[in-house]
Amino acid sequence: MKAHLTRRYWFAASHRLHSEKLTEEENRAVYGKCNNPFGHGHNYALEVTVSGQVAEATGMICNLTDIDRVVEDEVLERFDHQNLNCIPEFREIVPTTENLCITIFNILKRRLDSTHLEKVRLEETSQNSFEVIGE
Amino acid sequence: MTVFLTRKCEFSASHHYHNPAFTAEENRRVFGKCNNPNGHGHNYTLEVTVKGEVDATTGFVVDLKELKEIMNREVVDAMDHRYLNHEVPEFQSQIPTTENIAIAIWKRLEGKLHVAKLHRVRLYEMHNLWVDFYGEA
Repeated sequence: MKAHLTRRYWFAASHRLHSEKLTEEENRAVYGKCNNPFGHGHNYALEVTVSGQVAEATGMICNLTDIDRVVEDEVLERFDHQNLNCIPEFREIVPTTENLCITIFNILKRRLDSTHLEKVRLEETSQNSFEVIGE
Repeated sequence: MTVFLTRKCEFSASHHYHNPAFTAEENRRVFGKCNNPNGHGHNYTLEVTVKGEVDATTGFVVDLKELKEIMNREVVDAMDHRYLNHEVPEFQSQIPTTENIAIAIWKRLEGKLHVAKLHRVRLYEMHNLWVDFYGEA
């Protein structure tokens, strides 16, 4: 039978929302406080959902330690306590939580080869969250 | 118009993961700490979501009192303060992982609801780990 398993993680990072395609004034108008040149930070909460058949031998969709290891190595190690603007992934794109969510989805999609990545949900604050759902 | 309604309850239980077809070493490797034969426990949180049309007379999708009674009888009475491997029949032959417990709860609840339809069983093993089951094959 098919079930969905979700695991929640946390990381802290800073960013500044600023687009090279906009003027200084447009950047201030579009991004408001988030355009502060010194940046600001968030505690991000990340939810990773995988789905698949529950294996009879193990009672599991996949081994949780495998998911934890991939998320730890590929996501938390890369983003936790970093300034997102200084990370290669955001050299050319604005580190909005939309783009961060897509970036994390793509990283995990590449690495979770034996498990179907169903959804990545990212909370920027307790009031804002973003989701990318797999095909 | 379809409305979704979710009811939550909690139960505490112990379990361990062990497949008799595996060697002792395989069991330790696959299940890690969860293979401790003396068991360990969790505070589970169960969310049951039902869906249906809003009844024109009562304004209800489902009688919450009835849903609460079904959840208490089928899940809480059977699993709360129990050792799942030894005391819940489903887990004589299945490993009581969160996946399998969610599926067992679905099977226990399905068919007991008279008006609304079961939509989702969400079972939290911890605040950072949960399983959703939608009755899919």
